[in-house]
Amino acid sequence: MSKRFTTALALLAFAGLAVAAGPALQGEIKTQPTNWHAIIMFLIFVTMTMGITYWAAGRTKSTADFYTAGGGITGFQNGLAIAGDYMSAATLLGLTAMTFSRGYDAYIYMMAFFAGWPIILFLMAERLRNLGRFTFSDITSYRLDPSVRTMAALSSLVVVVFYLIAQMVGAGQLIKLLFGLEYNVAIFVVGVLMMVYVTVGGMVATTWVQIIKACLLLFGGTLVLILGFSQFGFSLTTLLEKAQAVHKQGASLMAPGSLLSDPVTALSLGLGLMFGTAGLPHILMRFFTVGNAKEARKSVLYASGFVGFFFNVIFLMGLVAILLVGQNPEYFEGGDIKGALIGGGNMVAMHLAHAVGGNMLLGFLAAVAFATILAVVSGLALAGASAIAHDIYARVIRKGECTDKEEIKVSRMATIALGILAIILGIAFEKQNIAFMVGLAFGVAAAANFPVLILSMYWKGLTTRGALWGGYGGVISAVLFVVFSKAVWVDVLHNAAPLFPYTQPALFAMPIAFFLAYVFSVSDSSARAAKERDAFEDQYVRAQTGFGASGASH
Amino acid sequence: MSSVIYDRIRRNPKFDQLVQKRGSFAWTLSAIVLVIFYGFFLLVAFNPKMLGQPIAEGSMWAIGYTAEMVMFIFFWLLTFLYVRRANGEFDDLTAEIIKEAQKETK
Repeated sequence: MSKRFTTALALLAFAGLAVAAGPALQGEIKTQPTNWHAIIMFLIFVTMTMGITYWAAGRTKSTADFYTAGGGITGFQNGLAIAGDYMSAATLLGLTAMTFSRGYDAYIYMMAFFAGWPIILFLMAERLRNLGRFTFSDITSYRLDPSVRTMAALSSLVVVVFYLIAQMVGAGQLIKLLFGLEYNVAIFVVGVLMMVYVTVGGMVATTWVQIIKACLLLFGGTLVLILGFSQFGFSLTTLLEKAQAVHKQGASLMAPGSLLSDPVTALSLGLGLMFGTAGLPHILMRFFTVGNAKEARKSVLYASGFVGFFFNVIFLMGLVAILLVGQNPEYFEGGDIKGALIGGGNMVAMHLAHAVGGNMLLGFLAAVAFATILAVVSGLALAGASAIAHDIYARVIRKGECTDKEEIKVSRMATIALGILAIILGIAFEKQNIAFMVGLAFGVAAAANFPVLILSMYWKGLTTRGALWGGYGGVISAVLFVVFSKAVWVDVLHNAAPLFPYTQPALFAMPIAFFLAYVFSVSDSSARAAKERDAFEDQYVRAQTGFGASGASH
Repeated sequence: MSSVIYDRIRRNPKFDQLVQKRGSFAWTLSAIVLVIFYGFFLLVAFNPKMLGQPIAEGSMWAIGYTAEMVMFIFFWLLTFLYVRRANGEFDDLTAEIIKEAQKETK
């Protein structure tokens, strides 16, 4: 019993940390008494976002509206939306919990999460916006055969589905915990609301849900921190002195601990988080919702500002919680501060909200956490639907010969199918150990999506044959490395020892993908390959200048 | 038709200038971020003790924490620098190049 819940909790942390070597959270989740403050505030959020969805429906007529909000989102709005996509409920809960229990190690993870953004800006944002229209597969298949589009769409779907399962199961556990709702009810509510947002309001609604939630999250987190930090006179020195005095790590609270002591794991984690981010379809899709490269660049500037700010807030929240939660018997099972936290390790942020702002603030933060999950799964569903409807149906099956109406209809059907699939898998995986799924999603994103995408933008020599080998090679090797690692081979399949000793696949799977793409491109002497290399010139000019790029439709 | 314009853009010496300037700026900034980031991760892996030391005798600020906070701010400032230059100088140059290419059509 307790073991299953521990793994579910670990999953929540993984969803935020995207690592297989996440913190081992202790304790047991119990369904909490129904939390009316939280439910009422969540209902206000749902009412508001439903209003927006209704408004958005009137503005969703073409495929461009549906997938990319007609390119009419500003850089600032999109920056908030990207930050929202990136800061999931698990980021808030998992990273606060990790700071609470392990101190400085959590801050190192945050840097690994953050540092991808400048790189995405310098090397990708502009070209993504100038070359893409609806999906990143538009870019990889720009001058290559449609089979490359199919490959990119399939690996997008792999990423989306695994990420979605992880989010759904995490959502069910979290909502059960925070709201006192039954697991299945929670999964159902998330699935249905997500289908409504996406099918009715498309990208316009999805973006605004994300923006509102990002504002609430930034506001809620900052408020909790200010209230808590004020008890220490806003002095970091005072806070650290007191925290070190009571924490089990003592003086080494602010030193790197055991999590990243192995260099290979540390490097692989850094690579996987940095380039995995640059290969997540729902994040990449956001670059097409703005009007031009100027706004795309601004999006990253704002997004990284918000993300960086919020990570620092979360870290300080965790430190404050060491004293305000960790020293208060009220938050521990049986009132024993050496024992387990009530509700489990991931409740640190929630207990802190209660400690500094009572039931109102607790309810507010719980509602924000629920809203966060909804917004993230909506973005994922839309990214998955676009891979099915735009890439596979409209471009590959119908060869571009289908009307906007037909394509939107297929997108909506795809969204509903993904929603139903998410509900079914969410329920099916409730009791499974699924900690590997986010690691797998990031692994595939970093090892399959990213290499082919970056090569198609930067390297003239990439041919269809190379892209297919690199892409499929990346997917297969990332999947195999994860399956053979401890997270699946030992923890799920119950073998004695892992076949692959490391928890992070990126350091190994990425070079394989790049190598295959390179070898099978340069050795490709077909006429098609020659033509594809020639076509790079025009693509290059468009990537650099944005001339011919799809603009805003309103 | 757009292929003709792409050709003209390509032949404009200003295009090479744009690509060269922006490219070297972007790669320089990327190199700075990557070197600092992976350098930091190597320190985490090989010399974690050092990162736990205080920045000055008796201070509560550890070297690692302080350095990382500076990295957060510094990396963000680099994105700010890039966006300012790309959205100003480089985009003006781009607009000029496109305009010149389209003028030739008439």
